[in-house]
Order: sequence, then C-alpha cells, then structure tokens
Amino acid sequence: MDTIDRNLITATQTGLPLTPRPYHAIAEQLGISVDEVMMRLKAMQASGVIRRIGVVPNHYALGYRHNGMTVWDVADDRVDALGEQIGKLAFVSHCYRRPRRLPIWPYNLFAMVHARSREQAQAYANQIAAVLGEACHKSDILYSSRMLKKTGLRIAD
Amino acid sequence: MSRVRQPRAVKSPGAGFDAARGAACNADGRTPMRKPDPSAVNGLTEMDRRLINQYQGGFPICERPFQVVADTLGISEADVIARIATLLQAGLLTRFGPLFNADRMGGSNVLAAMAVPASEFERVAEFVNLQPEIAHNYRREHALNLWFVGAAETPEKVEAAFDYIESMSGYPVYRFPKEREFFVELKLEA
Repeated sequence: MDTIDRNLITATQTGLPLTPRPYHAIAEQLGISVDEVMMRLKAMQASGVIRRIGVVPNHYALGYRHNGMTVWDVADDRVDALGEQIGKLAFVSHCYRRPRRLPIWPYNLFAMVHARSREQAQAYANQIAAVLGEACHKSDILYSSRMLKKTGLRIAD
Repeated sequence: MSRVRQPRAVKSPGAGFDAARGAACNADGRTPMRKPDPSAVNGLTEMDRRLINQYQGGFPICERPFQVVADTLGISEADVIARIATLLQAGLLTRFGPLFNADRMGGSNVLAAMAVPASEFERVAEFVNLQPEIAHNYRREHALNLWFVGAAETPEKVEAAFDYIESMSGYPVYRFPKEREFFVELKLEA
C-alpha cells in the first residue's frame, strides 16, 4: 500500500459519495484520475484489502435482535478440525479459534449466530453442540444487549 | 506515542446506530429524500429489501455504478441513490461503501473484553467508544460484559489503545486475538 491507496481508504472508509459518478467525486477530491481510482479499488478488492463494496445493513433494524456469540471449550487436539466444520454451517457468520483466558474465560472456539428470536439462536447453538459432541467440555452464549458503536475500521487522515 | 487524544467525530454511546455516516455522504443536502411509503414493513419496502439483499457486496466499480444497480433492479438511478440515502438516514443501513480488511492492510483487528461493574458501565463504555481505534463495541450479558474490536493499521496501535483503556479505566482488558479464522461472511436477509 502506498500513499495514494491510503488516501483512497481515508476518502472512502466512511462511505462512497451518493452522486451518480461517485468514483469521479473521489478522484476530484484526491487530485488523481478516475481511471486510477477505479483501477486501485479493483486491485484492493482482488488482494482482499477490500472485502466487499455495498450496503451494510443494521442487523438490529432488520429484526436480527438476537445476536449470539456462541463460545465453546473444545479439546485442543480437535478444535481446528471441528472449527472448519462449524464454519461451514450456513447460519454461522464468523468462526474463530481464540486463546482461553483462565480462569475467567475457558472458551477457545467462537461462532457468531444472528437470529430473529432467542429460540432460533438457541436452536442454532444446539446444532453446533451436536457437531462438537464430546470434544466440547463447556459452552455459553453471550447475547449482545446493546450495540454501543459500529463504525468499522477508521484509519487516521 | 502521544497519549493526548483529540476528540473525534464519534457518536456518544447509546446514541444509536451510525446513521450519521450516511448523512456525511450527502452533506450537500441536495440528495433527494423519499417520502415514507405506507406499504413499508419495518421501514423497508419490497424494493429496499431487494436492494439490501442483492448489494451487500458486488457494488460495481465503473463510471455510473448506481445506473448499473438501477438497471438490475428496474428502477431509476436517482431512485437508487435516494433509497440508499434514506436507508442510511433512517439507520437501517450502518454504512454504504467498501469494507476494508485490516489484516490485509498489514493492520490488526483484535477482539477484547472487560468485566465492568454496572455502576461504572456507562462511563467505561463511553470512554472505550471515544478511542478511534475501537471499531465495534457491544454490551453482552456475561461477567465479561463489554466486548469490543480494536482495528488499526498496526498491531502496536491496537495494543496502545487497549493499554490506554486499561490504564484510564482501571479494569483489565482481556485480549482475544484470532489464532485461526474458519469463516467470515456476514450477509443478512432483509
């Protein structure tokens, strides 16, 4: 990433301009050509710096009020293989292995589920539990009761 | 690095969602707003749903991208722009634009949590929100009741933000860096 890429990120991280030619507007703002703006954005998309471009819905407003972070204490020698399987479940949006923080936190596998009811979220957790079987010693679901901030990445100007 | 943080344009906790980001996109005040549609369910019309379901990714990079979207949906370019502006203002969208992956920028993205007593919760949550490195922050029902993500260009910046929060609040920040990513893809049906 060079300075121009950086400038492109700071110019677009809060959103694209809502004008018929948004990439022209960015080009004008940055003092580069529109072709360069588009070429660089495409390159960032190809390299994975940009995950995707589009609308980001507020999941609460769409009715997904039961956002459960399901957490699992899974045997160390099985967690990677099982994590792959959990990540393939259609209702799991994020799945990671993370370190335990004993004694306060015994869980090493995290899987996010988004549901429109508590019952649905619990049903998803039950499906995860079924996959993990005896390799899982302990589990919990942490529901988010309030979204305090959601801005995404911000790099300094 | 400097410990003095300038106040940024960060919304106060509890002030709701990030609709202000959308307002920033049409700060010229000229983007036409739509009138409320009486047939809308939860604030979304059938066309809004189609727009949201089809464009959580894949927004085109071309001369007239809104026109491409408009052609797909069978509405006008101006309508697409006005819809997105309205959905942002209403808080139904938190953002419109590119989603960056901090990891791929050589950056860092770390989940962390704190156990904050109820009497201190608002104060600490507000302080956490004020740090520009904190991208997301949620209250969750657990002894660890404040969960947030630090995102910055370098791991050092994230770590410095966590250290700062720890020293100013007096509560430990438990770090949960990802050791392995199995899946990330959040697309919700409207």
